[in-house]
Amino acid sequence: MATHFHSRALTPSSAGLDPLRRPRRFLPRPRRLSLSLALAPPSPGGSIRCRPGFAPLTARTAAAPRPAAAAAGAAAGEAAKSFHGLCYVVGDNIDTDQIIPAEYLTLVPSNPAEYEKLGSYALIGLPSSYETRFIDPGETKTKYKIVIGGANFGCGSSREHAPVALGAAGVAVVVAESYARIFFRNSVSTGEVYPLDTDVRICEECRTGDTVTIELAESKLINHTTGKEYELKPIGDAGPVIEAGGIFAYARKTGMIPSQAA
Amino acid sequence: MAPQQTERKPAATGSVKNAMTMTEKILARASEKPELSPGENVWVDVDVLMTHDVCGPGSFGIFKKEFGENAKVWDREKIVIIPDHYIFTTDERANRNVDILRDFCKEQNIKYFYDIKDLSDFKVNPDYKGVCHVALAQEGHCRPGEVLLGTDSHTCTAGAFGQFATGIGNTDAGFVLGAGKILLKVPPTLRFVMDGEMPEYLLAKDLILQIIGEISVSGATYKSMEFVGSTVESLNMEERMTLCNMVVEAGGKNGVVPADSTTFEYLKDKTSKPYEPVYSDEKARFLSEYRFDVSKLEPMVAKPHSPDNRALARECKDVKIDRVYIGSCTGGKTEDFLAAAKVFLASGKKVKVPTFLVPATQKVWMDIYALPVPGSGGKTCSQIFEEAGCDTPTSPSCGACLGGPRDTYARLNEPQVCVSTTNRNFPGRMGHKEGQIYLASPFTAAASALTGYVTDPRDFLQ
Repeated sequence: MATHFHSRALTPSSAGLDPLRRPRRFLPRPRRLSLSLALAPPSPGGSIRCRPGFAPLTARTAAAPRPAAAAAGAAAGEAAKSFHGLCYVVGDNIDTDQIIPAEYLTLVPSNPAEYEKLGSYALIGLPSSYETRFIDPGETKTKYKIVIGGANFGCGSSREHAPVALGAAGVAVVVAESYARIFFRNSVSTGEVYPLDTDVRICEECRTGDTVTIELAESKLINHTTGKEYELKPIGDAGPVIEAGGIFAYARKTGMIPSQAA
Repeated sequence: MAPQQTERKPAATGSVKNAMTMTEKILARASEKPELSPGENVWVDVDVLMTHDVCGPGSFGIFKKEFGENAKVWDREKIVIIPDHYIFTTDERANRNVDILRDFCKEQNIKYFYDIKDLSDFKVNPDYKGVCHVALAQEGHCRPGEVLLGTDSHTCTAGAFGQFATGIGNTDAGFVLGAGKILLKVPPTLRFVMDGEMPEYLLAKDLILQIIGEISVSGATYKSMEFVGSTVESLNMEERMTLCNMVVEAGGKNGVVPADSTTFEYLKDKTSKPYEPVYSDEKARFLSEYRFDVSKLEPMVAKPHSPDNRALARECKDVKIDRVYIGSCTGGKTEDFLAAAKVFLASGKKVKVPTFLVPATQKVWMDIYALPVPGSGGKTCSQIFEEAGCDTPTSPSCGACLGGPRDTYARLNEPQVCVSTTNRNFPGRMGHKEGQIYLASPFTAAASALTGYVTDPRDFLQ
């Protein structure tokens, strides 16, 4: 359930000077579907629905190798540019205590076993109003590759455990209306998840369990369940950093810092 | 070390250099650039890097992995390691994390490590301080004009000293540990001008809650918040720290208060390192300016579950509460306890709900037991707290501000209503997901403890 949010939220792009985000390309606005289809409740268990006239899609797991976590070892190399899977929808101001409650911060992310454990607690802090849990009981990974949020995603603490937990749980991409700066920065530096943003409140038009595809190069999100497409803001210079596996891998790849010492 | 003056080439003289804000100037100097504008990404030299028990181990892990098992930190005197988050607990991993800090400090010969070994009695640990942001100030690590980074969102607290201070994650910290530099984007500045005489029932906490309520929890995202005006000038250092502490709750990158005689006085006996303050130019450009007549403001709270869910304390007088928590970097400093004591003294009655007192550092704890409270005839805070029926002040640490391991003192383990002098009240912040936290000043917290309801401190102070 969204905490009380302020509609006057100023997004980072409003500063107008962010080299990480290039100006939007013009795309025609997605056609609005009928109200009844847009408000259809999610099918239990996230089964795939299809829109009329289209063959049902099977729930393929994402073909693309995910960006490697800093703790997990070698950088990903050439990661594919599209992500496909189920989405999990949250509201505004999802703070770091909801993403990974403080009691789990004794787990050290650079320790591989504890990294995995962190993942198993991702989004466990969401209130009980979120009836569909992010990770099924007894599981350690999530079935939702994409998290869709509202404004100010990741606000609160500087804990890097937040994007790490999401990445360790199996999330490839977060799509939100706006981000808190430390969360955004940590996502890029660790290479754990792509923090994409969008002007449209996708969180109000998608439902947990919808099947979506994100085409990174085209900055597009397609919701196969509702049939709607959305324009995302280009990830810009942050993209290659995440692809390389985080700031260190990128800095070495581009010669910014010398190769890893023996 | 004194910063180098950049040489102005003949071709550059005569033309008007762009006016800069304080933050822009600090970053320009730290990146050795003659001038900077908001939006520019620059490599900045770091003066101080701080980490604690929650993020230190992860940062060290990354440092070793990326720079090599035998790598040495960039400067053993510029790193300050302060265990403070999960200290007084039997949680094995938490205890192990402090050990990891110690091993790293020993290996790297880190000069400033405020260690704790004997958890049963904080007083027998001479090096242990407590809450990192308060310790940084008390130990003289905050200096005007410098760049201070910490693996904690409330690192922005140090902006009270007229420096650039912000929070970073483990990976960035790992990078800084090896390189001594960080890539930062220069933020534009929002200016908050606060004038007017500070009413006797108002504290810096009320001011910042007012501001956050005004601009929302993302109103300052990626921006710097500069606090100026006659009211700000009248605040002591700890009050200025409270102001800058919650900048991150508005999404702010950093907060700054221009250094003045109050700052220099505070620093006199704490640091011998030379520093050079900077100030915003007369014609510096600010993104927006907000003006407040402080004499018209009233005690504030932030209702559950967001720091921008602003309300007047008096509007919440029907809210029954279960407990009061006075502590944290935001509201557990010496001045905060003196303020709470003032209210208890004025009332002379006992608290109606459990009232937990968590001093931020050893020094604060000692002040509670040693400093006489003005107007009390020589009583100390501790005596006044005892007479009011508060819990005995506990071992200094971050405590239950962020919940912590299950056995943390004063953790919210039931869905109760708590008035707290801390900084965040998102769901589950202090432990229980259905706990309801009202953020408030120490005046308001003490007043609420006395009635068992959210209470405007004017009920006792006027």
